[in-house]
Amino acid sequence: MPVVLALVLLGFGALVFLLGGGAPGLAAIGWSEWRHAVAIFLVCAFAALALERLGFRLTIALSLAFLLGVVERKGVAVTAAVSIVFAGAAFFLFDTLLRVPLPRGPFGL
Amino acid sequence: MTETLSNLALGFSIALSPPILFYAFLGCFVGTLVGVLPGVGPLAGISLLLPATFGLDATRAIVMLAGIYYGAMYGGSTTSILMRIPGEAASVMTCIDGYAMARKGRAGAALTIAAVGSYLAGSASVVGLMLLAPPLALFALRFGPPEYFALLMLGLLVLAYMSSGSMLKSLAMATLGLLLGMIGIDQMTGYFRYAYGVVELGDGIGVVPVAVGLFGLAEILATAGLATPPQVVKPKLRELLPTRQEWRESAWPIGRGTVLGFLIGIVPGSAHIIASFVSYAVERKLSKRPEEFGQGAVAGVAGPESANNSATSGAFVPMLALGVPSGPIPAVMLAAMMVHGVAPGPLLIKQQPELFWGFIASMYVGNVVLLILNLPLVGLFVNVLRVPYPILYPSIIAFCILGVYAVNGSVVDVWIMLLMGVLGYLLRKLGFETAPIVLGVVLAPMIEMALRQSLAMSDGQYSIFVSRPIAGTLLLVGLILIILGLKPLVTRGLDWRARLALAEKGQEQP
Repeated sequence: MPVVLALVLLGFGALVFLLGGGAPGLAAIGWSEWRHAVAIFLVCAFAALALERLGFRLTIALSLAFLLGVVERKGVAVTAAVSIVFAGAAFFLFDTLLRVPLPRGPFGL
Repeated sequence: MTETLSNLALGFSIALSPPILFYAFLGCFVGTLVGVLPGVGPLAGISLLLPATFGLDATRAIVMLAGIYYGAMYGGSTTSILMRIPGEAASVMTCIDGYAMARKGRAGAALTIAAVGSYLAGSASVVGLMLLAPPLALFALRFGPPEYFALLMLGLLVLAYMSSGSMLKSLAMATLGLLLGMIGIDQMTGYFRYAYGVVELGDGIGVVPVAVGLFGLAEILATAGLATPPQVVKPKLRELLPTRQEWRESAWPIGRGTVLGFLIGIVPGSAHIIASFVSYAVERKLSKRPEEFGQGAVAGVAGPESANNSATSGAFVPMLALGVPSGPIPAVMLAAMMVHGVAPGPLLIKQQPELFWGFIASMYVGNVVLLILNLPLVGLFVNVLRVPYPILYPSIIAFCILGVYAVNGSVVDVWIMLLMGVLGYLLRKLGFETAPIVLGVVLAPMIEMALRQSLAMSDGQYSIFVSRPIAGTLLLVGLILIILGLKPLVTRGLDWRARLALAEKGQEQP
C-alpha cells in the first residue's frame, strides 16, 4: 500500500505542477514574516533538545526569555516575569495538580 | 421511542450529577478561552488539553473534551464579532456582518444572537443525533471489511471535495496523510515501516503532534511576524439584549441554519466551515434586502452561527455510530476516546450505554452552560485579547510543547509537531488545505486493515469491492465526487470551492 500511495502522490504532484502554470510566483506570496518563523523554529528545536536534559521549567523559561527578550525586544523585567511565572505556573498546574508527569532537570528543576 | 426516552433519562441522571456538571462547565470555560485565542482553534485546543483529562474516568474526560469543542467553537464567534478575527475558520462568515453590527454599536446584540442561535441549534441538533445515531449503528453492524474500506475512502474523498480550493491539492494532502499514517508497525506482519530505528515511531505518528503542528504552530509561524494589533470593540452588559426587530429577523435564519448545519455535519468534510458558508449564501439569497449583507445584517450572524454549531453535533453522528470520523476534529475526538479506552462504533451504544447516553445528555447540558457562561463573561474573554500578541504567542508555543509532550511523555512527538508546523506553514503559503492530512493520518491504519482483510476474504480478488452492493455504491459515489471535483479543471471556471477559498481569504464575498 505505501508504494501505491507514493505513486499516487507523485501523480498528484505532477498534475499540480502541470496545471499550476497560471499561479502566482513564489516571491508574490509574501514572506515578510520569515525571520520570526525561523526564530520560532529554532526556539522549538532548542526546547525539543533540552526538554529532557534541562527539565520542563528551565527549558520553557529559557525559550520564553529568548522569544520575549531577543525576538520581541521586551524589557528585562517583563521578559523575566513572564518567563519565570509562566514556566512555574504551567508546571504546577499540569504536573502537580493534574498529575501529568513533566521532565525534571538538574537540581530537580 | 420509549426506549430512547428511558435511555435519555439514564443519560441525564449521569450528566446532571455534580462532578459531570463541573467538568462540562470547566470544558466549556476552557474551550471558550482557547477559542478566543488567535491561532488556537478547536482542533489544536482539544489536542493540547487532552493530557489534562488523563487523570479522569472516560465519561468525565469525554464530557470535558466535548465541552472544550463547543466552547472553542463559540469563542471563535466572539473574536469575529468584536475584532473581525475569526478564532477558527468556521467563524469567517460571522466576521462580515458581526463586526459590521459591532461598529454600529450593536456588538452586544450580535453576541446574544450568536449565543442564542448556537444554543437553539446545538440543542435541536442533539435531538437529531439522538434519533439518528442508534439506527445508523444498527445498520452498520451489517458492514464487513469491504464496506468499511469503501466508507473510509468515501470519507476522504468527500473531505477533499468539500474543502475550499483545489480538489486536486486536497486529494494530494489526503494521500500525504495516508502515507504518514503508514509509519509504524505493520499490523498484519509486525514489521517496522519507515521508523529508521526510532523506537517511538513503532506506534506510528500520533494525531496530536500532527494536529498541533499543522494547525497551532503553523498559524503562529505565519502570523507572529505580522504585528498589526486589531481594534477590540468592548460591549457593555446593558447593550446585550437585541431589539424585538432583531429577534424577529434572526428567528428563521436560526431555524434554517440548524437544519442545514445538521445535514451538512453528517457528511464527512470540514462540515462546520461549509455549513456556515452555505447558510450565509442561503440567507442572502432569501433576504428581501440582500444589499444589507456585509453592512450588519442580523441574518448574516444568526444563520452561519446556528449552522456551524448544528454541524458540530451532526459530525458526531458518524463518529459515534460508525466509529468513522468525518473530519479532523472528530478524528482527534476519536483518538481522545480511544486513549480513554472507549471505542466508538456500532457496539458502543450496546456495550456502554451509560457513556453514550451520558455524552448525549451532557451535550444538552453543555449548550445551556455555554449560554449561561458566555454572555456575562464576555468582558473577561475579551480581556484575553488585550494581552499583546508578542507576549501571547510565546505562551501558546509553550502550551503546544507541553501538550504534545504530555500525551506520550516523548520528545519525538515534539519533533514531529515541529516538522508538521514547518510543513503546515509552507503548505498554507502555497494554498494547500492541511485538514485532509490529519484525517489521512487517522484513517490510514483503518483503511489499510480493511483493505487487507477484504483481500484476504476474496483470495486477492479486487472485485469484492464492486460485487457487494453497499461497498460498490459507496465507491461509485466517491467516483462521482472525483469527476465533479475535477470538472472546473476542464471548464476553467470558478466553482463553489474556489469561491469559498477566496471568501476565506477575504478577497470576495460569497
